[in-house]
Amino acid sequence: MLCLTGVCTVVAVGLLFFILGYLLVQGGASLSWNFFTKLPTPVGEMGGGMANALVGSAKVLMIATCLGVPIGFLAGVYLAEYAGGAFASMIRFVTDLLNGVPSIVIGIFAYTMIVATTKHYSTYAGGCALGVMMIPIALRTTEEFLRAVPGSLREGAMALGATKSRTIATVIVPAAIRGLVSGMMLNLARVAGETAPLLFTALDNRFWSPGLNQPTATLPVDIYNYATSPYPELHQLAWAAGFVLLTMVLLVNITARSIIASGFSNKTR
Amino acid sequence: MASSATTAAPARPQRRASFVQRFFSGDSLSYALTFLAAAVLIAITALLVYELWSRSALSREKFGFHFLVTSTWNPVTENFGALPFIFGTVVTSALALLIAVPFGVGAAIFLAELAPPKLSDGMTFLIELLAAVPSVIFGLIGIFVLVPALLVVVPPIKDALGDHAPFFFSGPFYGVSILAAGVVLSIMIAPFIISVSREVLLAVPKDLREAALALGATRWETTWQVVVPHARRGIMGSIFLALARSLGETMAVTMVVGNNPHIVTSLLASGYSIAAVIANEFAEASGMQSSALIELGLVLFVLTIALNGAARLLILATGAKGASR
Repeated sequence: MLCLTGVCTVVAVGLLFFILGYLLVQGGASLSWNFFTKLPTPVGEMGGGMANALVGSAKVLMIATCLGVPIGFLAGVYLAEYAGGAFASMIRFVTDLLNGVPSIVIGIFAYTMIVATTKHYSTYAGGCALGVMMIPIALRTTEEFLRAVPGSLREGAMALGATKSRTIATVIVPAAIRGLVSGMMLNLARVAGETAPLLFTALDNRFWSPGLNQPTATLPVDIYNYATSPYPELHQLAWAAGFVLLTMVLLVNITARSIIASGFSNKTR
Repeated sequence: MASSATTAAPARPQRRASFVQRFFSGDSLSYALTFLAAAVLIAITALLVYELWSRSALSREKFGFHFLVTSTWNPVTENFGALPFIFGTVVTSALALLIAVPFGVGAAIFLAELAPPKLSDGMTFLIELLAAVPSVIFGLIGIFVLVPALLVVVPPIKDALGDHAPFFFSGPFYGVSILAAGVVLSIMIAPFIISVSREVLLAVPKDLREAALALGATRWETTWQVVVPHARRGIMGSIFLALARSLGETMAVTMVVGNNPHIVTSLLASGYSIAAVIANEFAEASGMQSSALIELGLVLFVLTIALNGAARLLILATGAKGASR
């Protein structure tokens, strides 16, 4: 039985390497300079790329970050430094609730709020959908890392006559900054792969999407559309896009997690 | 005693700074700002619930509770029932749990009880990376690797069973199926079960292990009869968490489940799920169909929220750290 549990672990870890390896082989083969610089070509023509999806994903993620991180961060500061009692538990409850909402339901929400109101699909609708998904994690991350700052630092600043806001801004947040930044990176990496909320908010676009007001192609949605299409050349593009997406997500994860791990081994543990 | 009484009373300032002064010195401003952010968070969540409720009114009023128990899905006659989707969601998730729970708990036991700490940390790191893989990538692997693999593996098993095939393993098999969706989901949720269960197991007090070993129990008996039962509520919690995630999982299921809006008895047949039908039809839907899809979203929302709540309570009950995630 003991050996069996080891086998389970090895299989789980093996799956990660299998997925990585398979994407590397399939996607790496069809990855070329064109992939990063060209628009998709009509079906049947070779040499298309996904430049518009890369830029679209970047724009959507930027909007998401601008919406989700400030709200989550400030609310996290409130929870860690100010709130107490019933209101604090209410915020925690609501955060858990929002965090548990399936991503497709967030998509419906963004659709009814933005797409149905403005009567068209747009980059910012997609960005807002992902932004809402970022809020709960940003909040939890902020609260967790601010709470990990030793109380002595807080008291030291207060003893020197700093006001509470000054203590937070110049002592507590800087002390926790490594954790905060890595937490936000993890948060971004998580929503970067989200497809469901973009399906009917950012929709898709075969061409460049100027500004923020038009539907845009994004990497995950294009992977889905290409993979479910009947054309082998689109399948190859899907593999390449999948490889790029997975590489970025895993790199951010590895970087952020090692920053968090090293920060903690030096200071608090 | 006397001295503590005198120090406890702080020296009151002669005159409090006016509200305007305090506000612009930053303290009240920062309080107001952070409070506002928290209020926005609550407002967004309230709005989300309100939107789901009000936008599904059309469908709720027309179909009432029949929506949940009828199985027609006909956009032409505007007749909608959610049963095939609820059924598909529940069956794929149940299948995923059936595979992922023994597997995940096994791996968690290995990581918490047997592996040397360094190895355990390294492996857990990799398993958490597996949890970070986007679901659309699992869908991609599902379509192009898992489904062809199942097409090779399943027919011989079916032939071997012949007429003795149980009802859930019969009928034609085209690859895309409830079985494929269940397998993909199980791979996606296993990392959650593993990492949460591991933390719960690590939180079991050392004395219990030592006492059991001192009484002459073997390593396996200690683990299986002492440590795991002590952590059972936390492990249940991790399973609920995984279940909530698999119910709401959209892309990977949509890509391999076959998208067939009928109730099927065989795992080899294609099915559908709530999230998948929303993903497929919402962009083109309007009127009653749109409302029915939003009501499906509401059903999904209620299901996952209930499960998440139960999971959190269970994990809290075992007092493990990491329950907040």
